[in-house]
Amino acid sequence: MATTSKDPVLVILQLTGANDYLNTIVPYTNGHYWDARPKVNIPADQVVPIDDELAFRSDMDQFKDIYDKGNMAIVHGVGFENSPRSHFRAMDIWHTCEPNKIGTDGWVAKVIRDLDPIGENVLKGVNFGQGLPRAMTMRGVPITSVNHLATYGVFSSVSGINSQDERTQLLDSFARMYSPAIGSGLTMEYLGQTGLDALRGADIIKVAPQQYSSTVEYGNTTIATNLKDVAQVHLADLGTQVFYTSHGPFDTHFNQGGSHAKLWMDISEAVDSFFADLREHDASENVVMMIFSEFGRRVRDNGTGTDHGAAGVAFVIGDRVKGGMYGAYPSLKPENLTQGDLEPNYDFRGLYSTIVDKWMGLDAVPIVGGQFEQMSFV
Amino acid sequence: MPTRQEIALIAHLMRRAGFGEPRADLVARAEKGYEAIVEELLHPEDQPPIDEELMYRILPGYEGALGPPISQADWMFRMVNTQRPLEEKIALFWHQMFATSNSKVDNPPEIGRQIAMFREYGLGKYGDLLVELAKSPAMIFWLDNHGNHDGAINENWGRELLELFSLGVGNYTEDDIKSAARAFTGWTIAPKIPRNPLGRFFWNFEYKPEDHDNGEKTFLGRTGNLNGEEIMGIIVDQPASPRFLARHLYRFFVADEPEVSSWNSTPPNDPVAIDVLVDAYNESHGDIRFILRVLFNSDFFKNSLFARVKSPAELIVGTVRMAGNYEGFRPGFNNLALECAWQGQELLNPPSVEGWHTGAAWIDAGALMRRVNFAAGVLGDISHPGVRAIVDRVQSQPNNSAQTMVAVCLDSMGPLQVSDTTLKELLSHALKGGKLAWNTPEEISSSEDRVGKLLALIAASRDYQFA
Repeated sequence: MATTSKDPVLVILQLTGANDYLNTIVPYTNGHYWDARPKVNIPADQVVPIDDELAFRSDMDQFKDIYDKGNMAIVHGVGFENSPRSHFRAMDIWHTCEPNKIGTDGWVAKVIRDLDPIGENVLKGVNFGQGLPRAMTMRGVPITSVNHLATYGVFSSVSGINSQDERTQLLDSFARMYSPAIGSGLTMEYLGQTGLDALRGADIIKVAPQQYSSTVEYGNTTIATNLKDVAQVHLADLGTQVFYTSHGPFDTHFNQGGSHAKLWMDISEAVDSFFADLREHDASENVVMMIFSEFGRRVRDNGTGTDHGAAGVAFVIGDRVKGGMYGAYPSLKPENLTQGDLEPNYDFRGLYSTIVDKWMGLDAVPIVGGQFEQMSFV
Repeated sequence: MPTRQEIALIAHLMRRAGFGEPRADLVARAEKGYEAIVEELLHPEDQPPIDEELMYRILPGYEGALGPPISQADWMFRMVNTQRPLEEKIALFWHQMFATSNSKVDNPPEIGRQIAMFREYGLGKYGDLLVELAKSPAMIFWLDNHGNHDGAINENWGRELLELFSLGVGNYTEDDIKSAARAFTGWTIAPKIPRNPLGRFFWNFEYKPEDHDNGEKTFLGRTGNLNGEEIMGIIVDQPASPRFLARHLYRFFVADEPEVSSWNSTPPNDPVAIDVLVDAYNESHGDIRFILRVLFNSDFFKNSLFARVKSPAELIVGTVRMAGNYEGFRPGFNNLALECAWQGQELLNPPSVEGWHTGAAWIDAGALMRRVNFAAGVLGDISHPGVRAIVDRVQSQPNNSAQTMVAVCLDSMGPLQVSDTTLKELLSHALKGGKLAWNTPEEISSSEDRVGKLLALIAASRDYQFA
């Protein structure tokens, strides 16, 4: 287990829609890349080389800085065998670690269950976004899901609440309506408990924005807002150990150029602000961020964009991360492609195992469903 | 004028056989009498259909990347605006029991066609429906029957057909599964048009006699060169079938029950009711319409008010039908579909072949927060026509006391039955503001605001979570 003074924290950033691996970590000196990407490529003058073979796209310059400081692991060729080209199925596999059947329990929910077996802290796992990703879904594991931190809470949807006093009155009424009622039946009692849990979670989490102050200025983007919300909750020290948020859409079938550039510009800027914010508060040491996408995109472009592929790239970022490149970039040689796609060479469950075992200090086997090759980035 | 009790019973029927109805419509229905309403519901074909051509013009996304949300929005529209409530409700029932999920199928319009098939066959004979189900391309792909070949069987469809769609665990052997699988070899999907570059296309069922296993098979005691139709014929005559279906119907239409996976060890909460439904099945040779007629007219149904936790679809559709803010073609049905997913019931994408876990399993802190905020947000907004109607009804009362306001609001929202704990709190909340006054513009605005807040509070109550 990583020895930090505080409990280990994991921030998961999901790139929804399948990120184009080839135009993220660009094999800029590989002839096959230029053969296969006549239209949708990163021109040689717009890459930031990592070495003689690979480069970041230039819009990701903050990622290059983080990498140079030794705080970023680039994990190559991530995926799984017989990768489906369906977003839904592939994302489900990432979420449940069940490539061969339809799974229902999320791997993140299992992490949270193992961190807090009796579900004492409703904020042990917090999702920022609409609805819960399946990765966080499991019966009996309470997860807090926050759409927008500043307005989170019961009755946030009711218009025309004119004063704090009126809001307090309504919330007090809600609490009394959900108070234990003897003999009301099991479901009623369960609803009462759950309603009070929700109220309590919202009540605790609302201190986060109140306590927060920082000189770091985040950009005005969705991902920056979400990561700022993560930072606020982390800094409020509420015992949260897993944060989850998503960004996208990465499904760049058409006109990939501008949209893919913007996505990465926003992400690298937001991730950089996030860690700067944590460092300013001396709270970055125990945080690791993992960035993944359900699969990569087709090697050959389709003229203006790229279609669904297989292998992808993951990033692991943090002060405690041993930076560098892990694994091997899958071969771009046409004879080595599967249905025109990069063949995954590292099972994503190995990536999860490494983090669950070496960072979170939990037994990874029951969480990811078996033994998988771990890496040494933490 | 129907009595309050008669209206409450019709309201109950409409919540279960449909998605609830605004108070004014309930009165009109109640005047026709309960049994007449049941008959009307059981014959959706007598009511006007949705205008399909207009539907296609408003929600034309049957191809391409926009597929999933549009297909869900399409169903949301139908649930909210249909004049055939039971047609949509029974489709939702079969979608729950024969859960087929987009997470693997990745063709929402094709699952949408399966739902349309449920509308068409869902109130007919169970045996006919099972045969249609076996021909549903979405189902074939979902349970791998396109990979089930003569000499190389894939048991997935055969197994789930017996375990989850008809008999239930304990009522067949592994050999029966193999025989069922063999009987359905050759039931496959015609070659598909690739999705790229033009988008998604519908798939078609194809029977390939050259890939069908014509050998002798023994299935549940019957031996012969059995084909798929004969398998379904044998299934519907098994004593386990009516019992299994009865429990599903009871759980969906009457009261919450334990999860399906426990049924072979946990007896039903009301075994007598199950027997009544089984008898109806046997009497009618599995005629769903006949069984539902018995169900809706039974005392166990009439005594089951608020005995089920609403599914997200029921909560959302019921709420907007009451508020009247999604009447007819207008933008935003995709938002309702998304809200449904965020509350834990993504239409066309159930979590697994077991369908959704229902009852208390709908509720966790995150889902409850969403349910409460959704319902309170909609019903607390007095600009919606249905909410406005409730405000007007409060204003029209000769008695302007806070107690009357509470009583009229509860009556208009159901009539909704609430626990003593809830009622006590609603009254104490309402009494803080004293009597309502409707004379000056300021008084009117303040009174309207109080009714809106009270409706939001009722919508946020535990009691509102039940159907």
